[in-house]
Amino acid sequence: MAQLTLNRPRPLPLARAAAAWDRLKVNRNWLGFWFMLPAAAILILFLAYPLGLGVWLSFTDARIGRSGAFVGLENYAWLSGDDVFWLSVFNTLLYTVVASAIKFAVGLYLALLLNENLPFKAILRAVVLIPFIVPTVLSAIAFWWIYDAQFSIVSWSLRHLGWIDSNINFLGDPWNARWSVIFANIWRGIPFVAITLLAGLQTVSPSLYEAATIDGASAWQRFRYITYPLLTPIIAVVMTFSVLFTFTDFQLIWVLTRGGPVNATHLMATLSYQRAILSGYLGEGSAIATAMIPFLLAAILVSWFGLQRRKWQQGEAND
Amino acid sequence: MTNLTRRTLMQGGTAIAAAGALTGPALLDFAKAWAQSAPWKPESGAQLSMLRWKYFVQSEDDAFVKIMDAFTKATGVPVTIARESYEDVQPKASVAANTGAGQDMFWGLYSLPFLFPEKVLDVSDVADYLGKKYGGWVASAQIYGKGTGGTHWIDIPVCYSGSLMNYRISSMQKAGFKEFPKTTEEFLAYATACKKNGTPGGFALGHASGDANAWAHWCLWAHGGNLVDKNDKVIINSPQTASALEFSKKLYEQMIPGVVSWNDASNNKAFLAGEIHWTDNGISIYVAAKKDPTKQEIAADMNHAYYPIGPAGKPTEFHLMYPLLAMKYTKYPNACKALMAFMLEADQFNAWLQASQGYLTHTLNAYDNNPVWTADPKTTPFRDVAKRTLTAGGLGSVGEKAATAISEFIIVDMFANYCTGRMDVKGAMAEAERQAKRIYRS
Repeated sequence: MAQLTLNRPRPLPLARAAAAWDRLKVNRNWLGFWFMLPAAAILILFLAYPLGLGVWLSFTDARIGRSGAFVGLENYAWLSGDDVFWLSVFNTLLYTVVASAIKFAVGLYLALLLNENLPFKAILRAVVLIPFIVPTVLSAIAFWWIYDAQFSIVSWSLRHLGWIDSNINFLGDPWNARWSVIFANIWRGIPFVAITLLAGLQTVSPSLYEAATIDGASAWQRFRYITYPLLTPIIAVVMTFSVLFTFTDFQLIWVLTRGGPVNATHLMATLSYQRAILSGYLGEGSAIATAMIPFLLAAILVSWFGLQRRKWQQGEAND
Repeated sequence: MTNLTRRTLMQGGTAIAAAGALTGPALLDFAKAWAQSAPWKPESGAQLSMLRWKYFVQSEDDAFVKIMDAFTKATGVPVTIARESYEDVQPKASVAANTGAGQDMFWGLYSLPFLFPEKVLDVSDVADYLGKKYGGWVASAQIYGKGTGGTHWIDIPVCYSGSLMNYRISSMQKAGFKEFPKTTEEFLAYATACKKNGTPGGFALGHASGDANAWAHWCLWAHGGNLVDKNDKVIINSPQTASALEFSKKLYEQMIPGVVSWNDASNNKAFLAGEIHWTDNGISIYVAAKKDPTKQEIAADMNHAYYPIGPAGKPTEFHLMYPLLAMKYTKYPNACKALMAFMLEADQFNAWLQASQGYLTHTLNAYDNNPVWTADPKTTPFRDVAKRTLTAGGLGSVGEKAATAISEFIIVDMFANYCTGRMDVKGAMAEAERQAKRIYRS
């Protein structure tokens, strides 16, 4: 009897495993991991995987509905000799730099204005947001009419004022078209910059301005030495986002010009769509999209390190 | 996304069934009789789904739904229909063909079935049946159905959407022409006179899939130029192309300013507003003008004509083809074939052709007699577009490469590059050649 008891398999290892699992379930360090898991899964599934797949596709000759073979850098080699691609790079940079700079300048100016004590302040602030609220495609269609070769309200007005003889060729001339789409983008992007900067402005303590005024600081000095430094972190965030949105813009161009006239307004995003989806060259389209990544990384790094280098922002004393 | 579409589809299917109550009993009687004697008996329990290009005229779609409903009543085979903009059918069909799942039938553009010919059901029996019964297929339809030199049909080339010259009669007469110019030389003189009289016209030179591709291909072919030869070798860089470019620039100088920014809708708007007096388009401008009480004057004063003939000495028009295909993976191939045949039988097809008001042109010779072509003489030119059109790819094969060259706007951009002065003749041709060579590399 005693023998039998001794020979029974011992359930100990199982208990030990269970204990380890139990510990993993309650261990504080592991708990953090468990909580992060769903978020990580979402990020990997919806961000990392598509990005990785896009980069992989750019090394293949995949077409829609057909997985391609690995072709190395062939797509990039072809693009490096493709005038339309380089034109789209130039357009994208021009579009981003000009539109972002103007959006920042006008947005900041608007934010400062709205921060003053104006009559109907709440209504004015709401009105400023309108371009941002209207769906892009809708505002793009409105601009399409404004820029129409025959029916433009601008041309019509100027003609009736007797300032011009014939309609302005807004979207038919390469440079006119570029400035036209840039203007539309600025119109749409300003509210985002203005309202976010306004939020930043409101966090600046009025006592600082009072002290500066007592010290005899001019309006410019108050802006330069109080407003601007305290606003830098917000500016960094706003401009990073603004540059990213502008660089990857698609809808506006697609509705207004589809990249025309003769590819003068093709951005990298629109060219990528045209090659990948409409023409079916997924590999080449992915290569164009992948080529946008270094530019985007550079934009992020410039914003981050250029505007956030002040040590006090990391809790240290300023130099 | 797919699920949602499917669900919407199912609701659409119910709506179709409900609408069926309105169908005339005559159609149903015919359908039943047809189902009894048709050479294709649908498999038991068969049900079909079809993705088709989205209609331009509501009445066409209504007539189409009636046909589908009659088919369902007669054969017991329910048909669910999804609609996509005509440019979007191709990517979806490609994915379906390569994954082996999706709609049973696709009704798309140009050379769709040639993107994946081995995945498509052989429908030679249907094509032969219809061809014998209805006076034979026009030549261009045979190419779209079988490929150049092909032996079996992989789609049913249902119809074309024609693009012809739209012009104002009064301004043509004022320009000194009794009828619309028949040659490119006359056409240039006409355009010059029109501009001088303050009644200019214009062709879209932007990325307008329909209008810009139609006239740019016409212009290239009219001068003997071609993107590729019959072996798909790129031959765009040629003296003929150069003369086409020279002609287009002279013509461009006589057009209204701004055509470089035009999309497919721009010339419709400009014509209906009286801003332009000639352009290339389907029948949509005329139909819209007739419907609008304020545009009656334009409707009365406009007409349609064939494109002028150039040094090539023959019609070189380019019209949109809509082929209907069935996938090999379908579980109900006989039902697919029965539906294809049913659609093109006279009792259905004539009503459908009439409902489409001249937008769509048949490919079976017998339908030349449809009253839609004679009731209003202004629609008559559209009757012949199937006989006059060349096929996508020109001399070369209809297929994926030709379709890509069109969707990449290679020809349109070549003309735009030269007309706008962005490039010289050689530069514009070299650019097109470079792009085409990549598409046509083996």
